[in-house]
Amino acid sequence: MKATDLIDNDSIRDDIPDFQAGDELKVHVRVVEGGKERIQVFQGDVIGRQGGGLQETYTVRKLSYGVGVERTFPLHTPTVQKIEVMKRGDVRRAKLYYLRDRKGKAAKIREKRDF
Amino acid sequence: MAQQSIVGEKVGMTQTWVDDKVVPVTVLRVEPMRIVQIKTNERDGYTALQVTYGHRKANKLTKPALGHFEKAGVDPGKRLVELRLDSVDGFEVGQELTVEQIPAGTMVDVTGTSRGKGFAGVMKRHNFKGQPASHGNNKSHRKPGAIGSCAFPARVFKGQRMAGHMGHEQVTTQNLQVVQSDAERNLLLIKGSVPGPAGGVVLVRNAVKFAGKAG
Repeated sequence: MKATDLIDNDSIRDDIPDFQAGDELKVHVRVVEGGKERIQVFQGDVIGRQGGGLQETYTVRKLSYGVGVERTFPLHTPTVQKIEVMKRGDVRRAKLYYLRDRKGKAAKIREKRDF
Repeated sequence: MAQQSIVGEKVGMTQTWVDDKVVPVTVLRVEPMRIVQIKTNERDGYTALQVTYGHRKANKLTKPALGHFEKAGVDPGKRLVELRLDSVDGFEVGQELTVEQIPAGTMVDVTGTSRGKGFAGVMKRHNFKGQPASHGNNKSHRKPGAIGSCAFPARVFKGQRMAGHMGHEQVTTQNLQVVQSDAERNLLLIKGSVPGPAGGVVLVRNAVKFAGKAG
């Protein structure tokens, strides 16, 4: 046990589903606009998870009108209402940064079939 | 000086969320302090509380130290620390102080002993620029260069910055905000970093120079 775990445990969420690089996620983000709160969904492929413990983050990449958009979320942030796993990807590495250089069919991730 | 002052030990750094924003915090363990002696203007020329915290076996203490604790009727603690205060009215020997003295939202100054860096050169110790890596330079890459003039003044001025021992000195970081004050677990969360390594002893006092609104 790390000494700072005492405090970390207060913020750690236990409702995070299991997911890894290559999976497709729907991230429901709470957005506050002009005093009003609404849910915004960010759907895309996980291209990596970084760090550990409370500080862990993950990066989701999607194509928006032909432009690649990446968002990095802290895994335990309270601003994410929920995470939905849409697909399990069949990939061979932990970080899929090579997807940034690919387009069209080459940038597709195969779906895992052995469930 | 300060109205409130407590002593704690640095546990480490982590992060937390306040209003959906990430805040970097330092965790301090503030065990309940017992007042061993009260220093007054009349007798000592200044006002302070001498406190101890934690526990130590009585047979590990010297007889004079044990006598000092016994006189106050207080359990022997890890160490004796003096907390300078503006006024010691309302405090009495044997009274227990907790982390509640410093509630969340307070602006504080934190004093600790910085990490020792040993004998450090001028680049590390005084942020000198050093000298070129090449262009004919020979063995003078991290040296200070010239330290004086010529026939006049024929000496090096006092205070000339040179290599020497760095760190392991008292450092105070001013105007830090208390994020959380947890009396149940004896923890204090302070926004930002505080001097010294984990395990180091730090003093937390009300901010001396803070003029604005906390928050």
